[in-house]
Amino acid sequence: MSATSISACPACIAAPSAEAMAAARAQKASGLVLSLPTAHCAACISDVERELTRMPGVRSARVNLTLKRVSVEAAPEVTPEAMIARLAGIGYEAHELDPGLLSVTETDRRGRDLLMRLGVAGFAMMNVMLLSVAVWSGAEAATRDLFHWISAAIALPTLVFAGQPFFASAWASLKARRLGMDVPISLALILSSAISLYETFQGGEHAYFDAAVSLCFFLLAGRYLDYRSRAIARSAAEELAALEVPRATRIGPEGESIVPIAELALGDLVRVRPGARMPVDGIVTEGASELDRSLLTGETLPVRVAAGLPVSAGEVNLTGPLTVRVTAAGRDSSLHRMADLVAVAESARNRYTSLADRMARAYSPSVHLLALAAFIGWMVQSGGDIRLAVNVASAVLIITCPCALALAVPAVVTAASGRLFRQGLLIKDGTALERLAEVDTVVFDKTGTLTLGAPRPIDLDRHDATDLSLVAALAAGSAHPLSAALAAALTDRGIAPAPVSGLREVPGEGVEAFLGDRRVRLGRADWTGATPEDMTATYLDAGDGRAPRTFVFADQLRPGAAEAVAALKAAGKRVVLLSGDAETPVARLSKELGIEEWHAGARPEEKAGRVADLTAAGGRVLMVGDGLNDTAALAGAHVSVSPATALDAARVASDIVLLGQDLQPIALAASLAVTARRRIKQNFALSLGYNLVAVPVALLGLATPLIAALAMSASSITVSLNALRLR
Amino acid sequence: MEMLVYLIPASLLLGGVGLAAFLWALRNRQFEDPDGDGQRFLSDDWDDRPKP
Repeated sequence: MSATSISACPACIAAPSAEAMAAARAQKASGLVLSLPTAHCAACISDVERELTRMPGVRSARVNLTLKRVSVEAAPEVTPEAMIARLAGIGYEAHELDPGLLSVTETDRRGRDLLMRLGVAGFAMMNVMLLSVAVWSGAEAATRDLFHWISAAIALPTLVFAGQPFFASAWASLKARRLGMDVPISLALILSSAISLYETFQGGEHAYFDAAVSLCFFLLAGRYLDYRSRAIARSAAEELAALEVPRATRIGPEGESIVPIAELALGDLVRVRPGARMPVDGIVTEGASELDRSLLTGETLPVRVAAGLPVSAGEVNLTGPLTVRVTAAGRDSSLHRMADLVAVAESARNRYTSLADRMARAYSPSVHLLALAAFIGWMVQSGGDIRLAVNVASAVLIITCPCALALAVPAVVTAASGRLFRQGLLIKDGTALERLAEVDTVVFDKTGTLTLGAPRPIDLDRHDATDLSLVAALAAGSAHPLSAALAAALTDRGIAPAPVSGLREVPGEGVEAFLGDRRVRLGRADWTGATPEDMTATYLDAGDGRAPRTFVFADQLRPGAAEAVAALKAAGKRVVLLSGDAETPVARLSKELGIEEWHAGARPEEKAGRVADLTAAGGRVLMVGDGLNDTAALAGAHVSVSPATALDAARVASDIVLLGQDLQPIALAASLAVTARRRIKQNFALSLGYNLVAVPVALLGLATPLIAALAMSASSITVSLNALRLR
Repeated sequence: MEMLVYLIPASLLLGGVGLAAFLWALRNRQFEDPDGDGQRFLSDDWDDRPKP
């Protein structure tokens, strides 16, 4: 069935090579696309369009509310940053999208094409049915012949045009020596229109033009639904990828300039300001700072770097500005490496056969055998009346044709993914829901998945008020995440900062100031003379002769994490925590969430190995993770989920993307998937039931075109209504 | 039954007009932004004079 036979490869779409991206960008230099997540009303449209067209250099701006995007035609000197600032000024959040990654036109054309065929088939079906009603209610002789001729004139060109997707796909599967669902469909369309044409020539009583055209219409409807749910998922996935416009600040002979990463060459110097993500792999030539490697390794402790040390793409620079010499760019860059990693992992995933495929495998041969049996049986019975035998055989083919089967899966998947999308879950793969329904073990990553990756101080109560006011003063002087968290927490407690002077930040070390003539420092353990802890912590040297004070941090729980874990456990699933972080924070978190099974310090290959072990032991694993270190495990698991904040590679490797901050939809998705699977099976049972009633009638040669049309429409409509109950 | 001579062409013609309208709408990208189009006609920009 279409849900699987034209299976798109999400990795190929979401992670195109750097070269392709660069080429696409060059092509569309003048068109810019911004994402507008908060636009929702008529006023938003006119506000945004008016504000943008007022900017000098902007030729036109057009909002697409369905996609929540605005496309702008502008002179090259208009920068996206200026437009984003302009929109922020009137209260709209906007993000630049990489137009090269949004293959709008291509998917568009295919959708319009399907819709056009659907429209033509619908028009023809209505007209042929009108004529058929007259025939069914007893039109005779010349009138019936005339109606058959008109039906043929409408139906034949329609079938040639609207049936093309089926013929093409049937031909492709025959060339590959397989019997897909499309082979019996095409055979039924061709055989029934041929025999009907022959009957019309002979002035016969029965013509199946109406059945053939409505068959085509219902099948196209199923295919369009399937296409649409896939296109929506893909466009959202593309948008996620396009959000990170990969740029870097290059230091050239004539000063600094901002260039796309694809243009960087080996040996270029790149400036990375504090708070930014490393755009390339390289070696630090100047500056000192700390790096947050949690996306790559899961470690929450920041790592110190200085000149001469290597850095890799994806790490976040925390304190000081760094100058980095590029050691890997273009084809060898980490972007490419990530795509390779995912490709390897994807091919390692054992091929899942969807319910629809399993149905089709049993279905196609049996339909052909049944029709052949009917043909031979009636040849023998009637003593060689070919016309009668072909008539019966084509009636069998039409009645068994998988209208309801072709609608059963797409209708359920569309309804379920629509509901999950409203809850903030994006289903990237058509079979992900089915696989999710089978899951019995859930493996979570810690940093960035169960937690937000944002630290919060946890032991402020241990410290006295003088220390706290000193820390409040020092922490205000730095943008380091630990300082920012401390400053925010202390402001919340209403602690006034101590009067310090000469506040300065020492990159890579901490903050220093003077309280009267005492030098006070807040920062790394070795810089303040403290003994380092096995946890994320910062240290205060108050310069009063006492030992440095320790401020310990824990990662902040993601909202809904506790609820999701509790709900999954309540549903009888085994919950495992696999983290690359140190033992203490992992133990603390698993105790907080009530997860009994946890492993700390897991390297990427250990994570993937443990997922493989669980699978080998008969478990169906749902992996939830966000970092590069989770990518192999994500791709190796039965089904995988990653948050929208995850690294590109992790998002590409997973089947489902969590769009919001909240983790709770995961538990909801797991239960909805079970319902959806039950619904799919019900739909199969329904359409099999119709066949069980109608096929004997057809085999006995009693099927009139009226019965064929009734059986087909009734089963299709029942199946669609059953699917809609999911919404 | 002579009526059929007029009725059948008439019904086909009407259906054909509907189909042509649908295809025209499809070519003019009218199904591209259904949400936006639903909201756009509520806005009163350019109600007083045509958009330049």
